[in-house]
Amino acid sequence: MAKLSLSKLTKAYNKTEVLHGIDLDVADGEFVVFVGPSGCGKSTTLRMIAGLEDITSGAITIGDRVVNNLEPKDRDIAMVFQNYAIYPHMSVRKNIAFGLRSSKLSKPEKEQRIAEVAHILDMTHLLDRKPNQLSGGQRQRVAIGRAMVRDPAVFLFDEPLSNLDAQLRTQMRLEIKKLHQRVGNTIVFVTHDQVEAMTMADRIVIMKDGHIQQVGTPADVYHKPANAFVAQFIGAPSMNMVPGTLSATGLTLDNGQRINTNLAATTQRVVHVGIRPDDLTINPNALQILSGVVTVQEPLGSETLIYVDTEIGEVIAKADGRTPPDVGTRVTLSVAANNLHVFDGETGEAVQ
Amino acid sequence: MTATDLRPTAAVLDQSAASKPKNMGQILRWVLLFLGGIMMIMPIAYMISTSLKWPHEVYNVNLIPEEPTIENYTYVLEDGRFYLWFMNSIIIAVITTISNLLFDSLVGYTLCKFKFPGRQIVFIAILSTLMIPTEMLVIPWYLMSQSFGWLDSYWGIMFPGLMTAFGTFLMKQFFESVPDDFLEAARIDGLNELQIWWIVAMPLVKPALAALAIFVFLGNWTAFLWPLIVTNSVEMYTIPVGLSGFGDEADVAWELIMTGAAISTIPTLIVFLIFQRFIIRGVVMAGLKG
Repeated sequence: MAKLSLSKLTKAYNKTEVLHGIDLDVADGEFVVFVGPSGCGKSTTLRMIAGLEDITSGAITIGDRVVNNLEPKDRDIAMVFQNYAIYPHMSVRKNIAFGLRSSKLSKPEKEQRIAEVAHILDMTHLLDRKPNQLSGGQRQRVAIGRAMVRDPAVFLFDEPLSNLDAQLRTQMRLEIKKLHQRVGNTIVFVTHDQVEAMTMADRIVIMKDGHIQQVGTPADVYHKPANAFVAQFIGAPSMNMVPGTLSATGLTLDNGQRINTNLAATTQRVVHVGIRPDDLTINPNALQILSGVVTVQEPLGSETLIYVDTEIGEVIAKADGRTPPDVGTRVTLSVAANNLHVFDGETGEAVQ
Repeated sequence: MTATDLRPTAAVLDQSAASKPKNMGQILRWVLLFLGGIMMIMPIAYMISTSLKWPHEVYNVNLIPEEPTIENYTYVLEDGRFYLWFMNSIIIAVITTISNLLFDSLVGYTLCKFKFPGRQIVFIAILSTLMIPTEMLVIPWYLMSQSFGWLDSYWGIMFPGLMTAFGTFLMKQFFESVPDDFLEAARIDGLNELQIWWIVAMPLVKPALAALAIFVFLGNWTAFLWPLIVTNSVEMYTIPVGLSGFGDEADVAWELIMTGAAISTIPTLIVFLIFQRFIIRGVVMAGLKG
């Protein structure tokens, strides 16, 4: 186990900079998830940590060593790839043993280590099979086993669940989380799936266009998003954004609805008011802020998402699962004032 | 209870009418395949037939010899020269094949998986050599052989074919199908680049290696022009060169040539029978990748 530190890390291809000074400290044994849309630089960052991509500038420290110029094999890391990367011509046993090729352990010690890993991952009975005789989930477990067997300082996972079906992905998510609780290694996990990020991470790093947007616990990034991008990226369905104005007298939506909050501005400024669909409901007893016509229903069982066309844009709200309003019905939507998020209209930064 | 109506319904009739053109197409396909098969098999049948004929019957076009004999086989096999040529061909074909498998795949792998300045130029330069016919190359090859003292030696016969542009191209195309993740995983697991090529990448392109092995082996086994030019002594002849010399200036001993040819097809048949499933898969994959 070891801490990991990225300091002013940049990456440029020719003259195009794709990572712009990443600073991050990952604590010993922490599970950190990088999340962001395609092309945000999360996989590039991971590959730079692994030593598979050169660093343009900055420093990567694993434990107490700056590893910028070390070969991947000398960095004390192990990586699990999106496409598993388990060798099809080798049995499961050989695939796992492959991770120990450069180890100085004796043969019996290696055998013991392989048996332990196989036991932890519940694949002792699969050791003599070839990868083509395994299911997707089993293959991914072999890939994890090959990484585990080396007992590295840092585990790197590059979108390891994206090739699995939804059910298996949920199962593997749980298994990886349990595995982390059991072995306690430092893990850096890359995904584009915010549900994976929320459910697995100790801390989430949200990236966009080569910049870190926010680093925080899942609760932090969900409840206190640093900007409009984070607010809309985290949470499904995405946070509603409605236009409004913040002035000395308080917050006013563009439909004229005034909202009492403790926010105010000395000069009038345009803002985006963020409301999570979960917080926007049909509740006559709460603050009613928007009204409009239901255009679409999305029944989810216990609740129904309704798309409502209001005078200041379409919003998604949550309705009762058993008696949702019909399409075409006019509804009035309410929200608790303390569940509103206000973002600057120009910069998108959260207004405190 | 009503009697069962055994007459075909309109739907069944429609179906049979619709399947007619399909059957016709199938018959046509079979006929074409049959004709193709006949065209392929006839030279082999004549080779075997001629090898079983007496000299006076050679120019008789009958496929079945009037007086079949194995005398030609006894003559060829008892002739020490044939055994020598056979061994020369084996040595040359095997060494050239192994050399191609190693060097073509090494260069193909490098061109495919490593980014370095001039990579594209090197690849185009290698590919461009495919456009130069062998007939144009034999003179420079001969001059080179002469200046290096390689005339009339195994090295002289083999050196132009130890690595081929075709093999390099084929292997490069196949390595394209090997995901980089495999190589990167191996890099993290502590393998050096040569080990990654040998332990990880090579086993993943086995079909291509098998296909290349067959191509190169057959090519060298049947090579005629260059071995004829570069060899002087009968002891250094390969089978095709040696067989061409059967007979004398006045008469060509076709029955002996055909007998030698029939015997010499045995190794190629064995190689082909063992690796044919790979060659088919290899050719199909090469097509997909290309």
